[in-house]
Amino acid sequence: MVFEKIREIIAEQTGKDVSEITLETNVKDDLDADSLDLFQIINDIEDEFDVSVENPEAIVTVKDAVDFVESHK
Amino acid sequence: MIRTRVIATAASVPEQVITNADLAKIVDTSDEWITQRTGIRERHISAGENTSVLVINVAKQLLERAAVKAEDIDLIIVASVTQDYGTPSLACMIQKEIGAVNAVAFDVVAACSGFMFALSTADKFIKSGAYGNALVIGGETLSKIVDWTDRATCVLFGDGAGGAYVEKSEEAGMEWENIGSAGEKYEILTEGYTNCANAFNDNPASVDPLWYVNMNGREVFKFATKKVTGSLKKLMEEKHLKHEDVKYFIPHQANIRIVEVIAKKLGIPFEKFYMNIDRLGNTSSASIPMALNELNEQGLLERGDKIVLAGFGGGMTWGTMLIVW
Repeated sequence: MVFEKIREIIAEQTGKDVSEITLETNVKDDLDADSLDLFQIINDIEDEFDVSVENPEAIVTVKDAVDFVESHK
Repeated sequence: MIRTRVIATAASVPEQVITNADLAKIVDTSDEWITQRTGIRERHISAGENTSVLVINVAKQLLERAAVKAEDIDLIIVASVTQDYGTPSLACMIQKEIGAVNAVAFDVVAACSGFMFALSTADKFIKSGAYGNALVIGGETLSKIVDWTDRATCVLFGDGAGGAYVEKSEEAGMEWENIGSAGEKYEILTEGYTNCANAFNDNPASVDPLWYVNMNGREVFKFATKKVTGSLKKLMEEKHLKHEDVKYFIPHQANIRIVEVIAKKLGIPFEKFYMNIDRLGNTSSASIPMALNELNEQGLLERGDKIVLAGFGGGMTWGTMLIVW
């Protein structure tokens, strides 16, 4: 559930298809996301799951985001 | 009911244009990098003119365009974070230069929301009935407080000034506003810090790194996209407005990507947001009045048009206003 939602957020922000996004996907390198795309992805994740990401640099892969949300919600 | 109406607009920029390619010669950056992340292609940068030169140019144009005499001006309010002096205010420098001997003149500091705060202040002075008109100007030479070795910030800013002559009206004018401050977040965007060096302590008098623009990019991005979206939503709900009812949204020109997010979140077509950041960069308090002046000079505004101005920036501060032209 968390993964599906995060995948949707990332797909929308980067303009990629959800099928291209797996847990192992590196958002910056694999999806050509720049720093502002990452800002927006993290903002949307914060809003969606009502969490606060203090250290966005620690989120590199989709799995990092899913793990963060699952351990903080 | 007294309202405050915009009668004339004006703008002034330094002649010198600095392109992204010019910047790539002094810091490690590229036209593609800057354009993609900010929407900026070039900006005007002072060749020595200080902020007073720009705001005085704007004031003179406003008098001419509104066909009012300097001695008939009641108020001069300037928004800036890059004044020439700590004192006098830029407004007093304008007063001297144009001979507005009967005016009350002062500056306000609200960074990139500055013009909105100045316009709101003028509106209240006029609505009190005690003042009949005002020159309201935003002007900056941000080039003097930018660290030209920091590629993350020096590509963003430009110099310029813009303003409006406003006066008391029985007809339509400024119809709605929402201005606000979030001082608890002030550390995410600062500039111009001067340390307290004096004869009786050990603080060195050299330039402090906090003199320059310091910015937490992600936090500023988050603040801007959330606050402006919320403020515009409040406006549209309270005034029962659809985006179709609004001729132009004029956002502070900080970064095209911020405006894209706001447009998307509100479901407003991006084309309705007037942008000139590609030519001017982020000029803080000058960006909204310069954009308003461009629309006005191109004859794109007609009486009765609804226009929404939306500023946001350091402090942190924000200001949204609905104007009926």
